[in-house]
Amino acid sequence: MRTLIFRATAPYISALMLLYSIFVLLRGHNEPGGGFIGGLIAASALAIYGIAVGVSPVRRAIRFHPMAISGFGLFMATIAGLMSLFAGVPFMTGLWVYPTVFGVELKLSTTLVFDIGVYLVVLGSIASTALALEERERD
Amino acid sequence: MDLTFLAFFLPFLAAFIAPAIMRGMGSQGAWVLAIVPAFLFWHWTGFIPDIAAGERATGGYPWIPSFNVNFSWFIDGLSLVFALLITGIGTFIVLYAGGYMKGHPQQGRFLSFILMFMGAMQGLVLSDSFFMFFVFWELTSITSFLLIGFKHDAERSRRSATQALVVTGAGGLILLAGLIMIWNITGVSEFSLLLASGDILRESPFYLAALILVLCGAFSKSAQFPLHFWLPNAMEATTPVSAYLHSATMVKAGVYLVMRLNPAMGHTVLWETILPLFGGVTLLVGTVLAVRQSDLKLMLAYTTVASLGLLVMLTGFGTHKAIEGAVLYLIAHSLFKGALFMVAGNVDHEAGTRDVGRLGGLLSLMPITFGAAIFSALSMGGLPPFTGFLAKEEIYYGVAAADPWSLLVTATAIIGNALMFVIGFVVALKPFLGPKIETPKAAHEAPVLMLAGPVVLALASLMSAVLSPQYHALFSSPMASAVIGEAVQIKISLLPKPGVALYLSILTVAIGALLYWRVDRIRAALVAAINFWGPDVGFDQLMAGLVRGATAITRLVQSGRLEIYLTLIFAFFAAFMLTTMGIWNEWPELPGFPRMFIYEWAIVLIAAIGIIAVVWAKDRLTAIVCLGIQGFAVAVIFMLNGAPDLSFTQFMVETLSVVVLALVMTRLRLSPSDHRSWRQVTLDGTIAAAAGIAFSLILLGVIQTTLDTSLSDFFAQYSYTIAQGRNIVNVILVDFRGIDTFGEIAVVMVSGLAILALIRIVPKGRRKAVLAGITDKSGEGQ
Repeated sequence: MRTLIFRATAPYISALMLLYSIFVLLRGHNEPGGGFIGGLIAASALAIYGIAVGVSPVRRAIRFHPMAISGFGLFMATIAGLMSLFAGVPFMTGLWVYPTVFGVELKLSTTLVFDIGVYLVVLGSIASTALALEERERD
Repeated sequence: MDLTFLAFFLPFLAAFIAPAIMRGMGSQGAWVLAIVPAFLFWHWTGFIPDIAAGERATGGYPWIPSFNVNFSWFIDGLSLVFALLITGIGTFIVLYAGGYMKGHPQQGRFLSFILMFMGAMQGLVLSDSFFMFFVFWELTSITSFLLIGFKHDAERSRRSATQALVVTGAGGLILLAGLIMIWNITGVSEFSLLLASGDILRESPFYLAALILVLCGAFSKSAQFPLHFWLPNAMEATTPVSAYLHSATMVKAGVYLVMRLNPAMGHTVLWETILPLFGGVTLLVGTVLAVRQSDLKLMLAYTTVASLGLLVMLTGFGTHKAIEGAVLYLIAHSLFKGALFMVAGNVDHEAGTRDVGRLGGLLSLMPITFGAAIFSALSMGGLPPFTGFLAKEEIYYGVAAADPWSLLVTATAIIGNALMFVIGFVVALKPFLGPKIETPKAAHEAPVLMLAGPVVLALASLMSAVLSPQYHALFSSPMASAVIGEAVQIKISLLPKPGVALYLSILTVAIGALLYWRVDRIRAALVAAINFWGPDVGFDQLMAGLVRGATAITRLVQSGRLEIYLTLIFAFFAAFMLTTMGIWNEWPELPGFPRMFIYEWAIVLIAAIGIIAVVWAKDRLTAIVCLGIQGFAVAVIFMLNGAPDLSFTQFMVETLSVVVLALVMTRLRLSPSDHRSWRQVTLDGTIAAAAGIAFSLILLGVIQTTLDTSLSDFFAQYSYTIAQGRNIVNVILVDFRGIDTFGEIAVVMVSGLAILALIRIVPKGRRKAVLAGITDKSGEGQ
């Protein structure tokens, strides 16, 4: 698994995959994609990077423990659901705002926050599993 | 905000600040904390004029309006007297605890628990709603657990605390079932309304079931035989706890419940048989076991069991006079038993022992404690001029009659009272009279904090009898009226009237005095006679059996071998699907030969090749990769059928599962090839094929039913208009069905954690080898 070509290209592949995963996450509401699939792509990116250069560089690169990322995702999803309560509508009702940034109207919503939560949960849990397994391969 | 509403929470607020106050002020902080129960006592006295005039006070706020559950209170004679006892005795208990626990590092925590308990108990007796009642009921069990187990470094304390929690907590759950049943039968969930629905309840076919459930709760809490064993064990707790929870208040919660339900559930043959039966047996068992003890607190504990039995017996007996007797006795008992426990605590605290054999001659050293003790003992023995005398006279008026049942109950009452007379005087006289015995500590009078309680309660025992007309008018008559369900006037006074009751009283005292004269010999005989299996040992056996049973079942179901789990899951699945389809003859029609494009055929072919390769593969890695081929083919099929999201996800899931499976397989160090015998292979293959066929048939069946498209139509129509998204799949996931997704990601996270924990487990035998391996490799340098 540690061929020179793989090791040399893995960082670029992983970076592209991560970027792509965010693209997939954000377009999800209107085009194929979404938090779940985005999270899977991002987790694969980390897994590939881990296979190529070892687990500890990956752990250093993501700074937090993958399960912490996952937990934060669940937290975000909860907050996204709870926000509607403050607006006086039932739990998890989607709320929308339309700010204009640099002349472009953005559609932001609590469902997007929720989807990002899903993304982080999937990313964290799968990456945690994959990295832990890769780590043991080496001991 | 209503002051009464606030009163429910005040003890909990006080509990919250208690540690800080005790830390700042030391044991004198008890004076500050006692303001709270004293204030509550004062607040509840404000209700006395109205309640004594025969009115009832209710109030509350909606709690869960959708279920019609309210936070509501109900104050009548019964709950008011209880609330006054709880807050009144509570005031002195807080003071007493300040003196008794002086210098203890966790004194603040202790007082915090006591106040929490007081809040729970006060809430219990004032609750109108069943559910509020239940919450407070369980809260008293929990706080009692905390208090009994306060000395948590002692194994016996922990056992007693657990035992009390298991018995009363389980009883509470059964009670909840009973209350819900009553709710279903009558349609009301509040005591104040239930009192008017008694006939519906009594005529219901579910009356017996509801009665048994409710009585299970009441009997476990009030320590009725055979569930009495937890109460003496609870004496492991420090004396303030025993005086407050396990004599004056908490154990009376069961009696309270029985009394509360008497107008609604009473006056039936069942009620008037079960209650006197259990109560009477408890009375006899309690008194006999009490005489057997030599520890002051244990003697008092068993007489508490006996007194609770007496109360239950009288409540169930059915005559007005019997219930009046129960009411008078309940109040009298709280006063004298609370005081006697505190006396026992004073003796223990100042002399260093509670064993009557090692105590004597303390009269000159502890005169005030002795005074409180003798007043309380006279009340307990039922002698004038104390309130216990009134209670006993009224009891005999209530039960004495010529029929066999009444004679039996009367005899039980006489024996019980005589034995309680004995115990009362053993506790009050033995440590104080006779020759001076050297005690472990040099005894002297207890501090003011510890004298206030016994003295005031002893005086209350006296005053309530001397001022009996006022006492009846303000307290006992309203309470008896509430229990009976119609207005009654109690008239008993200290002036003895010649009659059956008086003669029975004299008989009781005579028997008691005779037994007291020979008490040491009787005790020795009982100690020798009663040393066989009891429910206390049974409790241990039950708990041990529970653990053994659970272990055995776990071993059976969780063998720990993945092969067996998988075999069972798939075999059950196949058998279930195929037999249900067979029984109802719901086999799907087999479709005709499909017409597909050439590239579609190609993909199906790739999938088939993948599957065949999995079966034929010689080593595991190849098999895993081949499984991936099949998965990718399926993903392409999804894509061709217009499900890009699904296909997209399928691609990723297949890739990741191949990677993860390959990683796991390399870690497991299994033999690379299949080592199963041909018989095993045939069995596994059959199960796999059956499961596959079953699933295909189900899918075919699903396709052949007409699909109800109203949901898909709804999603398609409103995806953009309501949820502002054109990707229906995503909109369903994050918006329409967001809560489903929320649950799913929680599952994903939890399984992530579980997997992480599993990966980190190293078998015991291999741990050393692995650790050695790690150090070896790091030693080699990379």
